[in-house]
Amino acid sequence: MGQRVAMTGNIAVANAMRQINPDVCAAYPITPSTEIMQQFSSFVADGLVKTVLVPAESEHSAMSACIGAAGAGGRVMTATSSQGLALMWEMLFIAAGNRLPIVLAMANRALSAPINIHGDTSDAMGARDSGWIQIFSENAQEAYDNLIQAVRIAEHLDVRLPVMVGMDGFIISHSIESMELLEDEAVRDFVGEYIPNRPLLDIQNPRTYGPLDLQDYYIEHKRQEYEAMKNAKSVILEVARDFSDRFGREYGLFESYRLDDAEVAIVVLNSAAGTVKTVIDALRADGVKAGLLKPRIFRPFPADEIAAALSGVKAVCVMDRADGVNAVGGPLFPEFRSALYDSNPRPMMINKVFGLGGRDLGLHHVREVFAELQTIAETGKIETLAEYITVRN
Amino acid sequence: MSNLKNWKELTPGAVIEEAGNAAEYVTGGWRTYRPVLDEEKCIHCLTCWISCPDTAVIVRDEKMTGFDYDHCKGCGVCADVCPKKVQAISMEQEGK
Amino acid sequence: MAITEVRWHARAGQGAVTAAKVLAEATMAQGEYVQAFPEYGPERMGAPLRAYNRISDKPLTMHCQVTDPNVVIVVDSSLLGTQDVTEGTPEDAVFLVNTAHSPEEIAEKLGRPVDRVVTVDATQISIDCLGRPIPNTPLLGALSRATGLVGLDVLLEDLAVNLKKKFPEKIVQGNIASVERAYKEVKGI
Repeated sequence: MGQRVAMTGNIAVANAMRQINPDVCAAYPITPSTEIMQQFSSFVADGLVKTVLVPAESEHSAMSACIGAAGAGGRVMTATSSQGLALMWEMLFIAAGNRLPIVLAMANRALSAPINIHGDTSDAMGARDSGWIQIFSENAQEAYDNLIQAVRIAEHLDVRLPVMVGMDGFIISHSIESMELLEDEAVRDFVGEYIPNRPLLDIQNPRTYGPLDLQDYYIEHKRQEYEAMKNAKSVILEVARDFSDRFGREYGLFESYRLDDAEVAIVVLNSAAGTVKTVIDALRADGVKAGLLKPRIFRPFPADEIAAALSGVKAVCVMDRADGVNAVGGPLFPEFRSALYDSNPRPMMINKVFGLGGRDLGLHHVREVFAELQTIAETGKIETLAEYITVRN
Repeated sequence: MSNLKNWKELTPGAVIEEAGNAAEYVTGGWRTYRPVLDEEKCIHCLTCWISCPDTAVIVRDEKMTGFDYDHCKGCGVCADVCPKKVQAISMEQEGK
Repeated sequence: MAITEVRWHARAGQGAVTAAKVLAEATMAQGEYVQAFPEYGPERMGAPLRAYNRISDKPLTMHCQVTDPNVVIVVDSSLLGTQDVTEGTPEDAVFLVNTAHSPEEIAEKLGRPVDRVVTVDATQISIDCLGRPIPNTPLLGALSRATGLVGLDVLLEDLAVNLKKKFPEKIVQGNIASVERAYKEVKGI
């Protein structure tokens, strides 16, 4: 049905954008996502899409242009990384608060300072409370599939929230891997024609976007946003089911890998999850009941489902490729630990911050984490609650 | 706030479906002084019209015809900008 | 699961990243799962760089660095003096070096058994066939012969299809001739 290709995450994402054929793309280039817009610009220049490309003078302007175009009634996409996402920060909340279904492709990269261009999720974690849906991808195939699904999720009338789809900078964005590109026609059918909701360009019905909203209305509109984010969970699953029916690849709120009977498990986002799977296969061959929970959706946070999946595990390590610098642990840890607070039984849990600024997470690092989890499972004692690994001590 | 819509009734994203509905909000009650036009003196220079922050100066056929007292807040800018030689607008205390 | 890991040593601008990409495409055409990724450092012309391939008959899930490659390809033999090209390699790793020297000479320099070292003068072949020193393509021909990792016919097919998109027929034919010649001339098999 599709075509087997060897391509980088960036080129795969650019091809998803070509097949989605959005009305407007406003962007400002930043490593490691630059190649997405570079390739997409070629598609625009070659007339393969009808997209209006807006090369903005900064990411703040790029997101502002996206907001304007989405308010006007267009299907809108952009791409960024790291400082670019940080510069968009103010406008991210406006996109979400105005309930505009913008889709953003994100090559996750460390935030400065010190300046670093390599992969970690500190950029995405800075935007986790902005009202955007956040989807993460292990490899090029998932980044491509997730971006296509993101359009339908964002535009669903029960949701109408912007979506960012992440993949690790360089590790995925610049690595060539084998994957399947779907047929153009099949993607077009899947995303369907965009039906704008209350567009500004409907001149027969003039309306106002972005009014002042004080003590008398603001909290009602935030309550709506909360409801939309709650609705997103079932919409994400509904879209994933349709994707799987059509194309055969299964997606959920998270991926459970050999988790059903696991006694020890790791929770980790993005490409590191693949490395963990390799170690799990080897450990399982040696009789160790190891498993993985790879979050796909971080916003909305599927707390109940996570609790059900991890409740029976004896010891869990939540691994963060970002540090919130709260002097306790990474940003995933408190949320996962809190999700399990009411579970009975509940696992003992530890946290490792790893791989910041693209530092490699090797197979041996993962083996060491599993060994520590086995000790915790056996002794019922935690030596260190949270710490950095893959660091020179 | 009991007569305001609840979160389920409001349009998503705070979009206002009735364009220009600010006109429905009557602010005339905020006035302490009201502008009064002396039609005999007015030369229809329309300086008051371009200066009014509430578009409360009513102009018909390029002639100043009076005030929209539903929206005039009584700031007195119109009286202030009326040329000194003309002085067609005076501010009078409300309720007198 | 048999995974072959390849490490390329080159200087920026010598086409090692492109060669890793061609190897990935050609082995994928053989039905294998592939990865190709460069190690991004200071990207300046002439700076030493490394690129990697993973090739497997099963899906590849790991995304860590290649630390103990089975195959090492040295695109520029002047790197032998400055880079530890044997770093992390197992005793039975195969070394393919672009040089006019014999496998015996290179094996001694690397401190590795001579039956694990193959050489080819890819630079000279490239100058003869293309008029320019671009050794990456002929090295793929030598790799095919030395390791069987990629079939010569698959490699030639991939080059014919992909080079045709960007280059005139003369350059396509020059590349193909250079691959065929390196396949024949590789020493130490």
